[in-house]
Amino acid sequence: MILDGKCPSGPLAQKWDNHRQDMKLVNPANKRKYRIIVVGTGLAGASAAASLGELGYNVDAFCYQDSSRRAHSIAAQGGINAAKNYPNDGDSIFRLFYDTIKGGDFRSREANVYRLAQVSNSIIDQCVAQGVPFARDYAGYLDNRSFGGAQVARTFYARGQTGQQLLLGAYSALSRQVKAGTVKVHTRTEMLDLVVVDGEAKGITVRDLVTGQVGCYAADAVCLCTGGYVNVYYLSTNAQGCNVTANYRAYKKGAFFANPCYTQIHPTCIPVSGEHQSKLTLMSESLRNDGRVWVPLKKGDKRPPHEIPENDRDYYLERKYPSFGNLAPRDISSRAAKEACDDGRGVGPGGFGVYLDFSDAIKRLGDDKIRERYGNLFEMYERITDENAYKQPMRIYPALHYAMGGLWVDYNLQSNLPGLFVLGEANFSDHGANRLGASALMQGLADGYFVIPYTIANYLAMTRPGAVTTNHPEFDKSRQDIENQIKKLLSINGRKTAKEFHRELGKVMWEHVGMERSEQSLKRAIEIIPGIREEFWKNVRVTGSGAELNQELERAGRIADFLEFGELLARDALNRNESCGGHFRVEFQMPDGEAKRDDENFSYVAAWEFKGVDQTPEIHKEPLVFENVHLGIRSYK
Amino acid sequence: MNLNLYVWRQKGPNAAGKLQQMQAKNISPDMSFLEMIDEVNEDLVREGKEPIAFDHDCREGICGTCSQVINGIPHGPQERTTVCQLHMRKFRDGDSIYIEPWRAKAFPLIKDLIVDRSALDRIIQAGGYTSCHTGGVPDANAILIPKPDADVAMDAAECIGCGACVAACPNGSAMLFTSAKVTQLASLPQGRAEAARRVCVMTEAMLNEGFGNCSNHYECQAACPKGIKVSFIAKLNREFIKAHMS
Repeated sequence: MILDGKCPSGPLAQKWDNHRQDMKLVNPANKRKYRIIVVGTGLAGASAAASLGELGYNVDAFCYQDSSRRAHSIAAQGGINAAKNYPNDGDSIFRLFYDTIKGGDFRSREANVYRLAQVSNSIIDQCVAQGVPFARDYAGYLDNRSFGGAQVARTFYARGQTGQQLLLGAYSALSRQVKAGTVKVHTRTEMLDLVVVDGEAKGITVRDLVTGQVGCYAADAVCLCTGGYVNVYYLSTNAQGCNVTANYRAYKKGAFFANPCYTQIHPTCIPVSGEHQSKLTLMSESLRNDGRVWVPLKKGDKRPPHEIPENDRDYYLERKYPSFGNLAPRDISSRAAKEACDDGRGVGPGGFGVYLDFSDAIKRLGDDKIRERYGNLFEMYERITDENAYKQPMRIYPALHYAMGGLWVDYNLQSNLPGLFVLGEANFSDHGANRLGASALMQGLADGYFVIPYTIANYLAMTRPGAVTTNHPEFDKSRQDIENQIKKLLSINGRKTAKEFHRELGKVMWEHVGMERSEQSLKRAIEIIPGIREEFWKNVRVTGSGAELNQELERAGRIADFLEFGELLARDALNRNESCGGHFRVEFQMPDGEAKRDDENFSYVAAWEFKGVDQTPEIHKEPLVFENVHLGIRSYK
Repeated sequence: MNLNLYVWRQKGPNAAGKLQQMQAKNISPDMSFLEMIDEVNEDLVREGKEPIAFDHDCREGICGTCSQVINGIPHGPQERTTVCQLHMRKFRDGDSIYIEPWRAKAFPLIKDLIVDRSALDRIIQAGGYTSCHTGGVPDANAILIPKPDADVAMDAAECIGCGACVAACPNGSAMLFTSAKVTQLASLPQGRAEAARRVCVMTEAMLNEGFGNCSNHYECQAACPKGIKVSFIAKLNREFIKAHMS
């Protein structure tokens, strides 16, 4: 099937305005008759639930955390982009649009990205009005910095805690609606199934994580704002609870999963310290503004960093990419680090690390200035590694960080299942094959505050409110399926913990579907993963019962989905016979090792349709049409 | 290293709880505290026993989910550090470690080390926001904010809502938590319009939830992983008095 992204016609800059005029509205008096489910309360979910509640809809918001303030958006450090052009350094909506398209290696939809750049300015206004304490200069104006490969300073930030501050802003807006009675937040409640009635999304099945009760909620539309899936790699910068379950269960109910192979590896994370490692910690990319990345020039040089003279150091990013240097995009920096380590020049225990050195910046600006800019990051680094980065270079290594892929949505953020909307990291739409730094926060809030309030109305206006209730047999069926799965997990009583399977899967994913992929490695992954899955269902041990708070059961359910999803990710990577952005196939590279795109054959979105657990999914394509940008080679030299 | 743990185990809110002794063996000093508990839990599951239930999520000290009292101190011995960022190198081989949940009247226990902190959400819901609509707000640079004010607001906004202040307070007070939000918004022009009403409704919600009042022990500041200062409580009191005098 050829998918239609439903992009409005007309000139790029007028698409969104025209579309807003064309879309139907819901009469104010009718809004309260509609019920909307929002799953996830990160930036996308909280901003969507708050905005929809404020418009007068009845909103049920769900999150697995104990509070809607804790979603993993909170951990974003660096900042949020907007095309304000406050510094007068040449930024514009078109430039932000172009940078995002180019950064995504020309694998995203022009119309979506342009809209994102357009609404970016409103996001900053909104957050300031909420009391988000962005950094300011001494005159009281907002401060900007350049971030992760951008040649203009368009990033707004709140120390190293921008995600936290933006999320707390959205959480406060959400709290206001809870008080107003328009939104009900269901915390410690996990979505385990999407209920589809006559081809349209009409509700969800959830498990109350405290009582264990499985129950159903019906609504006129469902918004999934459930984040990314890179915990399929076991080790990532995501929170422990981040999972693919909500998205994957929607996929199993007919929603298409788009571009799962587009995963982002973040170049500046703290290296692994041993087998016990449960997660990887990211150090904000903003550190690369002042830190210089290097490894010893010679293999196996075990001298401590301060004893290695300048001549024996290889500042490889500055050498290979003179114009971008240490600010080269994430995928390029990550691969270069891996290359250096594979070459035997890695530093630290195990040799999987490179130095990020601040000594020049400290000499130039002084300890205090560096402390003001990155103090909390240096503290965090010291807590984890016991090393003082003011005195010795940090050690960093790439780690899985973000999922550009996600459920397929059209321009209205609606999936192929009518009534199912997908926002934020959970959808695939705006970042193409690679996301630029400080753009995730922008997209989450754009979708929630400024896109979904318009596009969902267009759907609801054509729907009779309350047409489906939980009395519909599909709800009963869904609840029974979930209860049966829980029973099954608890009855296996095998010998391995769920975590052991997760670790095993993660190893396969990192080795065969990681930073560099090949036809051979991907085929190998597709061969191994079903075996792990099969063993899981025979040999996993889940203690306790279903009728209580049971974290082992929660974990096992999520890993069961990862064990299917990992295979889908590998299949998508195998299908894409090109290298682009976060997807690097060793067979497809330039003589200098750069990614080699194949625009003629792969300028499309790959959207996968579920056909059964051990069946090959069916691919559907949405061709990407570029009318406003020239498909250049993404060179950062 | 090997450690001797005493962990609070309690099946549910109405069950009796007790400290259970268990061993943590072959623990690397590079492990985080929660990774140490992960190891213990893995062994328990393999033996078919129930693992220790505990709250945690981001494991990078920002989400505010983790919540354990370690040797009598919320978040453990390292200053300005959440449990998830505490590493085992802060302990010695053979140490005995007592691990307990947050204890406060307003935080009912759910299971083992997990408590219900939704009372903190309800304090925010009472008025911890500016009542701005989505859209229809002025340009971000239309309101100038002197840097010192913006810095105070940011200092206060660093609160992660973990509740360690409540657990540390002999009075089970949430004054530090409440004062951080009050200070953040009262320091900014956008928040001034509702400042008087806000401090009143938030304080009232705090008392209705069963949190005690501040009794100047300053334990909250000592336990806070984000360095939120008791001077914000003074600010809250000042805002409260101002609200009642006008």
